[in-house]
Amino acid sequence: MSRISAEQVKHVAHLARLAVTEEEANRLTQQLDKIITYAEQLNELDTENVEPTSHVLEIKNVMREDTAKPGLPNEEVLKNAPDHQDGQIKVPPIME
Amino acid sequence: MSLFDHKVSDLHELLHKKEITVSDLVDTSFNRIDEVDGKVQAFLTLNEEQARAKAKILDEKIGQANLESLLFGMPIGIKDNIVTKNLRTTCASKILENFDPIYDATVMGKLHQADTVTIGKLNMDEFAMGSSTENSGFKDTRNPWNLDTVPGGSSGGSAASVAAGEVLFSLGSDTGGSIRQPASFCGVVGMKPTYGLVSRFGLVAFASSLDQIGPVTRTVEDNAYLLKAIAGHDEMDSTSANVTVPDYVSALTGDIKGMRIAVPKEYIGEGVDEAVKQSVFDSLKVLEKLGATWEEVSLPHSKYALATYYLLSSSEASANLSRFDGVRYGYRASDAQNLLDMYKKTRAEGFGEEVKRRIMLGTFALSSGYYDAYYKKAQKVRTLIKKDFEDIFENYDVIIGPTTPTPAFKIGENLADPMTMYVNDILTIPVNLAGVPGISVPCGFTNGLPLGLQIIGKHFDESSVYKVAHAFEQATDFHKQKPQL
Repeated sequence: MSRISAEQVKHVAHLARLAVTEEEANRLTQQLDKIITYAEQLNELDTENVEPTSHVLEIKNVMREDTAKPGLPNEEVLKNAPDHQDGQIKVPPIME
Repeated sequence: MSLFDHKVSDLHELLHKKEITVSDLVDTSFNRIDEVDGKVQAFLTLNEEQARAKAKILDEKIGQANLESLLFGMPIGIKDNIVTKNLRTTCASKILENFDPIYDATVMGKLHQADTVTIGKLNMDEFAMGSSTENSGFKDTRNPWNLDTVPGGSSGGSAASVAAGEVLFSLGSDTGGSIRQPASFCGVVGMKPTYGLVSRFGLVAFASSLDQIGPVTRTVEDNAYLLKAIAGHDEMDSTSANVTVPDYVSALTGDIKGMRIAVPKEYIGEGVDEAVKQSVFDSLKVLEKLGATWEEVSLPHSKYALATYYLLSSSEASANLSRFDGVRYGYRASDAQNLLDMYKKTRAEGFGEEVKRRIMLGTFALSSGYYDAYYKKAQKVRTLIKKDFEDIFENYDVIIGPTTPTPAFKIGENLADPMTMYVNDILTIPVNLAGVPGISVPCGFTNGLPLGLQIIGKHFDESSVYKVAHAFEQATDFHKQKPQL
């Protein structure tokens, strides 16, 4: 039985903001299915009472004083922007 | 003989006595790059004009100051996922092809303080995702020992450039083996430090809970010097550990009498090449002669590390790489109708195949209805893998095994099936999941290709790892052999 369908792959691609062609969606379906099937070997392990590890070191929230510091110069920030106008980054229309 | 056949400490002495200049060292780099980089293809961007200018400035200082920094004037190569102010940083991705960083990574600031000279930026698998550097969006780097084979990855350029004598040393990054595996394939020394020892500020994030920057060098001593220079707490990285950085070089005594070595049976079992196994057993004999003892142990959850790693690293990557959206920097698709369309086209055109595959896997594993079954499950198994290491380190000083199951493979050989490529990292991945330090040192050859010995230590015990690695290196001469280019 396959773990993931081409429809699901298209939905995930939408969530990931990736345009995919039919051909890519079909290829990804097969490849992801294989990887997910492999990953399901983790189900051999009973992890009922195991705490998840998100981070290996005992570091909790790291706080600092909330003090104002100078920001980056506008021209530096815009230097790498694909499009800008009047000191602002410009993007295509957000709403139709 | 090249100047780069000397250790850092010897070159420092030569500079001090004015027998050589920084310009000589920088010339050595660029001459060698001219000579061999057409074949090796380790570099994506050269920093020639600035490097030569800096060499001149440093040369004027030689007479004045007494060169406090041991790394003064040493030519270094930088993996292209470490941001360098005003020096193009691409992560070997089309999406960042023209990215010109406006700040330096913390490690770059530390290197500037130490007065090293940046020679250029090194090729890698796109966004550090891969084990052969074949996923670079720009070029294939070759293994200097055999140009038909891969240098390993993702820090392929970092390892190949050092092996080819193009730089004295380099920085790489390691998320699942990306320093140690190419170091092994190219016959050089590569260290993945304890998670949190080296600041990740300015390292373009792949998997934030696993990524570490580390040094690639020709000798263990040079490696210890370079790590000392880049390690330390950084308030710009909230996952940076507030620990004192020891003087690693003082641990390089050659005395490993009584040290206890654990050899996991899972690291010398099925799927590991016979020549690789033999090199590990030969290496253990060397260490025994030096007075260490070894026993076979078990890391019982090793076989689950690969699946755990791909779920966790891809999930973290899917979040981290969401910043590449064509808005503030990088590539933007040109014919988009609206913002959503622009995001989708930009990312589809800008990212390579492997990066997209991992973003997809990660997005799936984090998506509603699958989060508990995949992502959370993998986090729980990570706890078990970490515990395996803690149990062993109660009774042993270091863990030793091969760095990789095989020597370097042919270019193109593992591209068809993502899973066969992933298996390459099966012996290095558990180290990242546990967050402990691991090094690869040259330990033999098979069919003219280098093999690497992996030495793994306790959290923040890089000193013991270096001590054993150095004693082994001094008792063997694998590190003295050079590829013929």
